[in-house]
Amino acid sequence: MIEAIDVHFSYPNRVEALKGVSITIKDGEFVAIMGQNGAGKSTLVKHFNGLLKPSLGKVRADGVETTKTSVAALSRNVGFVFQNPDHQLFSETVEDEIAFALKNFGFAADVIESRVTWALNLLSLTQYRKTSPFLLSGGERKRVALASVLAWDPKTLILDEPTIGQDHEQKEILRQFILQMQTQGKTVVIVTHDVEFVAESNSRVILMKEGKIVADGVGKDILTDPALLELASIVLPQIAQIFTKLSPLGFPKNIIDIYEAKEIILKAWESRTQK
Amino acid sequence: MSVFDGLRFRKIYSPIHNLDPRIKFVYVISIFVCAILFAQIIPLLLLFLLQVPFVLLAKVQRQWIRSLRGASFLAILIFVINIATSYFTSGYHLTPPIIENAAALTLRFVVLVESFSVFFLTTSPDHLGLALEESHVPYEFAFAFTTAVRFVPVLAEEAQTIMDAQKARGLELEKGGLLKRIRNYVPVLIPLIVSAIRRSLELAEAMESRAWGATKNRTNLYLLKLHRGDFALLAITIGILAAAVYIHFYVSIPTITQLIH
Amino acid sequence: MAVIETKNLTYTYPGASKPSILDVSIKVEKGEFVLITGPSGCGKTTLCRTFNGLVPHFYQGELKGEISVAGIDTLKHHTYEMAKHVGLVFQNPENQLFALSVEKDVAFGLENMGFPREEMRKKVDWALNLTGIYDLRERSPHEISGGQQQRVAIASVLAMEPEIIVLDEPTSFLDPLSAEKIFEVIYDLNKKQGITVILVEHRLDLTAKYTNHLIVMEQGQVRFEGKPREILSSEETRLIGVGIPKATLLYEMLKKDGLNLSDIIPLSSEELADQLLEALKPID
Repeated sequence: MIEAIDVHFSYPNRVEALKGVSITIKDGEFVAIMGQNGAGKSTLVKHFNGLLKPSLGKVRADGVETTKTSVAALSRNVGFVFQNPDHQLFSETVEDEIAFALKNFGFAADVIESRVTWALNLLSLTQYRKTSPFLLSGGERKRVALASVLAWDPKTLILDEPTIGQDHEQKEILRQFILQMQTQGKTVVIVTHDVEFVAESNSRVILMKEGKIVADGVGKDILTDPALLELASIVLPQIAQIFTKLSPLGFPKNIIDIYEAKEIILKAWESRTQK
Repeated sequence: MSVFDGLRFRKIYSPIHNLDPRIKFVYVISIFVCAILFAQIIPLLLLFLLQVPFVLLAKVQRQWIRSLRGASFLAILIFVINIATSYFTSGYHLTPPIIENAAALTLRFVVLVESFSVFFLTTSPDHLGLALEESHVPYEFAFAFTTAVRFVPVLAEEAQTIMDAQKARGLELEKGGLLKRIRNYVPVLIPLIVSAIRRSLELAEAMESRAWGATKNRTNLYLLKLHRGDFALLAITIGILAAAVYIHFYVSIPTITQLIH
Repeated sequence: MAVIETKNLTYTYPGASKPSILDVSIKVEKGEFVLITGPSGCGKTTLCRTFNGLVPHFYQGELKGEISVAGIDTLKHHTYEMAKHVGLVFQNPENQLFALSVEKDVAFGLENMGFPREEMRKKVDWALNLTGIYDLRERSPHEISGGQQQRVAIASVLAMEPEIIVLDEPTSFLDPLSAEKIFEVIYDLNKKQGITVILVEHRLDLTAKYTNHLIVMEQGQVRFEGKPREILSSEETRLIGVGIPKATLLYEMLKKDGLNLSDIIPLSSEELADQLLEALKPID
């Protein structure tokens, strides 16, 4: 469980990035933190693994205050996948790259071996085991970065803007992947401004603006509230855009799923033609 | 990263900042020459005090004092070495003239360092780049300079992000003996270098796409024009140089020791 | 009049095992707004770079086939000659801006071409105004947002007054709101200035409505080319892995279940909403 209690944070250049943020993320939740660039989303999640420490307030991960322990110790349970895989790739082989964190955390050699094999398999990278990560494509490098974090099996996974630069297919795979992580009981937190991805993901949504949380709830309700979205400078998901314009027909407004949309429209059509 | 703060572009508008960097540079070189001309403490003190009005006008006092502090270590070292050598070579005498002489030489060093410091503190990087472009330095060098300055804050941020990313994988930068600590930085340096190379490639693509190399006679959107202030500074510089040369050859300068007695 | 024409264009990067583009033959007419899309690795980025000569001159390797851009054979001319006809805007806003002020960046291309100062000033101001960033002209590129940076990139290409502007996934790093602003700027340039636009994008929900000439690529080849409405409503396109606009998908789903809304296949939420309102309005 991750708790943030009235967290304030200012960067060294005195910009106040977080102005009193409080949230609790329970085990097994899937949370999407959204908002404009500069709203404080990345700043907030960097507190969860101790990369940043609050200027005021407290952050607790599984009951331990982040100021009382190291980033390495916190990272054991909170895995952070950064936006740009090139900011972490440095090894000669994909295998070494995935083993890096395992070595840092002090896993035994045989455990490292089996974990690496497992992670490679999980992300369909087995054929690249001995390849240099620098020779892989952008999408493949992203998978290596993800594999290197999953290898040590953290309870919580934080993904910072995982959909940037990904095509439709890759996003689909990512979404399926997150669902899989969830079924394994992991807590997943993503920072993103990709409304479509979140709309299709059935997650809890937290909206941030200028260092504060302005909304926190079910994706379906938040992503279909035009006032809220405008406040956080976010675009409505496409299905919601359609349904907002259909309000004269008396349709419910909180529709973001395409299948649900289809059903509602067909029902209205049938009842209309029956008249 | 505070180390890079000094290089971060800061827009300050002061009469000194607006002076043509080329004229400022000529001024600084002249101070350099004057400082070398004299070994006596009084003229050197005057030269040092000459910087102060510029510093105050440019409102860079705090940074200037900080750079003075930075130079102080070397300055003290020079002072001590001078005193020591004079002491031993003059047969173990420590007289006022010897101390004054050492102080003068130390002050000369300080004047040299400080005049350059004033130059860099009162000249913004793009002004400097512009001056480089206009002084018939090959464009490639001026471009390399301004582009480098432009990317300093970007690289600094990236270095921080890379460190964070590796820390989040259990890397503990501060742990271990000296050798281990150096090895700890490999996972930080390699992504930084690779990223820099990738960035250079993208920049090169963009440059090519915007007609880089189209003609040898490259023009410039901006033009450095000399204003009244620049001519005034030039006049002052020539005045100082002339006075310095005259005094050096024709006037005998008393030492403080002599004045006291 | 075709402003870009390629015949059997094939290119392999040096050291690569297979070509990045294979047998690409396309024709772009003057004033068109072309949208190129396809899954990652389909060759759209490589194709963009053939339009101004980066491929093959910058990347080396052999470019086979024929290509003519603004009437010029790119194989026989330097990239810097192509700059006054084709402007290329890249994905990463940060790595396209070199100068210490916005207007110096916009002037960069003109300076390289040796334009006299007064003329440069006029063109720079014109480009800054067209992209809505005149107020930012003295700022440094690091101080402005990603969306603003991309507008600077567009302005610096625009200043050279090219007939064609090619944009390779210009909004990848931007949030949807900033992305929309960029598309509006591009659309304006196309409609009001008559500049031929070639846009490479994944976000078809935001961009399909601007184009009448859609090119879908896969594994280096052009799979579909033509009007977006037909292409995006076909099952084959969906199978390639292209992100079909939800409005189009929903339209097709409703059609399959018997609800035929209109003959015009919608590409945007507005279009579908209008069709639904029309079809479902209460019968008086």
